[in-house]
Amino acid sequence: MRRRTAHARGKERAKDFRPVDKGFTEEMAHAEAARCMRCKKPLCVEGCPVNINIPGFIEKIYEGKYGEGLDIIHEQSMLPAICGRVCPQENQCEGKCIRGKKGEPVAIGQLERFLGDMPEVASEPKMAPKNGKKVAVIGAGPSGITCAGELARNGFDVTVFEAFFTGGGVLVYGIPEFRLPKAVVKREIDGLEKLGVKFEYNSVVGRITDAEELFAKGFDALYIATGAGLPKFLNVPGENLPNVFFANEYLTRVNLMKANKFPEFDTPTKRAKNVVVFGGGNVAMDSVRTALRLGAETVTLCYRRTEAEMPARRAEVEHAKAEGVIIHELASPVEFVAGEDGSVCAVKVQNMELGEPDASGRRRPVPIEGSIDELPCDLGVSAIGTNANPIAKLIGPEKLNKWGYIEADENGQTSDPRIWAGGDIVTGAATVILAMGAGKKAAADMTAKLLA
Amino acid sequence: MYKILEKTQFSEKVFKFRIEAPEMAKHAHAGQFLMVRANETGERVPFTFADWNPEEGWVEFIFMKIGKTTTMLSTYEVGDSILDVTGPLGQPSELGDGTWAVIGGGVGLAIAYPIARQLHNSGKEVHAIMGARTKDLLLLEDQFRALLPEDHIHITTDDGSYCEKGVVTAPLERLLQAGTVDHIFTVGPVPMMKFSALTAAKYDTPIIASLNPIMVDGTGMCGCCRVEVGGETKFACVDGPDFDATKVNWNDLRARQAAYRTEEGQALKAYEEANCACQR
Repeated sequence: MRRRTAHARGKERAKDFRPVDKGFTEEMAHAEAARCMRCKKPLCVEGCPVNINIPGFIEKIYEGKYGEGLDIIHEQSMLPAICGRVCPQENQCEGKCIRGKKGEPVAIGQLERFLGDMPEVASEPKMAPKNGKKVAVIGAGPSGITCAGELARNGFDVTVFEAFFTGGGVLVYGIPEFRLPKAVVKREIDGLEKLGVKFEYNSVVGRITDAEELFAKGFDALYIATGAGLPKFLNVPGENLPNVFFANEYLTRVNLMKANKFPEFDTPTKRAKNVVVFGGGNVAMDSVRTALRLGAETVTLCYRRTEAEMPARRAEVEHAKAEGVIIHELASPVEFVAGEDGSVCAVKVQNMELGEPDASGRRRPVPIEGSIDELPCDLGVSAIGTNANPIAKLIGPEKLNKWGYIEADENGQTSDPRIWAGGDIVTGAATVILAMGAGKKAAADMTAKLLA
Repeated sequence: MYKILEKTQFSEKVFKFRIEAPEMAKHAHAGQFLMVRANETGERVPFTFADWNPEEGWVEFIFMKIGKTTTMLSTYEVGDSILDVTGPLGQPSELGDGTWAVIGGGVGLAIAYPIARQLHNSGKEVHAIMGARTKDLLLLEDQFRALLPEDHIHITTDDGSYCEKGVVTAPLERLLQAGTVDHIFTVGPVPMMKFSALTAAKYDTPIIASLNPIMVDGTGMCGCCRVEVGGETKFACVDGPDFDATKVNWNDLRARQAAYRTEEGQALKAYEEANCACQR
């Protein structure tokens, strides 16, 4: 039977921001590793966006050779402690696991995290001799830091330019502490500094400097990984009322600026009674769970399709429900209503039903004519995705597509031979593992071409 | 760390910091802003550049002691450092040809001044309309006077303690009536910008407002600073901070600016209490 990790009880744990999932003990990891069938053609590896040798590292856990196991993961991914926690495993490795056909798949994510959380057992990184080339990485999110780490190990002199005052990108401003402890992210950044990677914080490239200037200063190449940016609008009346937030703001105030500790920390946030969040992805789940921890009496997640179609990790939906979030399926906002004080006090939602499947294969939500409900809402959060950040176009001459994302080939090479790009600024909002994978691929391509 | 090279006090509550920031100074333009995080527990607060010098490697911003952050900053002295300063951010002001009226109200004068200077230095005729609640709060008068001829400076105070009693729209309307102004730039409190815009619209004269909503990241990521312009939602941090003032939804802007007033009061009170205990 698949081993379950320990969690504090739902209602109890939703009172604070401490990490929820306690992870595997050594005993549990060993027992879970024993469940792996060591398939000859492991489908889990195909399911992994970066093709980690999963049966390989699980075998090492079973044998108790944790250092060797971690080295196997490190061949493909430098961020196992993070990806073990945030990857949508049910759609990737675990979704393909043969064990899952008849029962439950092997808990690959938990096993990955188990090794990722003991970085001290890994072999010392092999460092290529310095090659005299300089690379600027723009953005210290998962894609940027992966690329920076790879390049540093390949002998490059690497500087990461980051807009915020700290590294990690979405891992620190977006994903909450209860899901991904900030200490885990800091450990990765510290690790890069030990490899010699330099960080220039408070540096918005495109504004304080740009590609041409960086080349003139002696950088040989650039890796742009600025992430997705601008939140998508719901485009409904009242969206700009006070106490209607985009998820990015709602989460950044707490995760990066620590508004949950106001006034010890200066950034405030709103603690509301009835919070309604729109969306069905991980950002929506992070928002509802944050609202609970800020003391909301009711937290409702409104999604225009049903729970089955939610793009969020299954584990996050389960966590949200266990903690007391009300799932309101088949409803889409049509108007935020202002109360006497001018702030939002209610939201009108259009009830929907599922129609024919759309291009994504999911059944399309169709409005039920005349069926509109009004929900009490003194704080609304819109978590329906992002568009490209307009600052990306100020960085350099690389070509953008019509949506404002950077055009890059499968190795991250852009239209300018000196510039690579990857992560959400190329693909649009996606996952940490894909962003990381893009950073790794680009680093390999940059290494090959710059040293050719 | 960003070192304070110079501190100037203009009045009881208004200060100017000169900060060591060589790269920022090289890339700053009129109309852009920086964001400050004073210390580890600090919030991120935007301030528009008041001045900058690429040769000497500094930037300046002016602030008024209002909330906790600005009260705390006012205690920082030359040689102290601000933990984080990010910038330049926002779009530089786009300033067309012709004669300009530059309107600044209150601390907005700190933003109006570099705009007036840039216009003047590029050979354009500039009228400065300077507004303040009372004489003590009138900023940068000497600087404006050094820049522009006497008859191009128009000063109003709400209480009549200095020059013309009233608000900035009176001199603006006179200039517009005389037909001497082609473009207007306005920066200051929302009601002032709103009524400047209404006055300009009456005379069909283009007017730009530099908006100052609350921001968190300042790079287009969070959307806190959004404002409705011409029926569309715009982000002041990346689309602005300058917008066509006749198209701004001022009521929305004002409501969003005031959204944290209670918390701001709470933070200031906590700071003052803590500070008071130290001094005892």
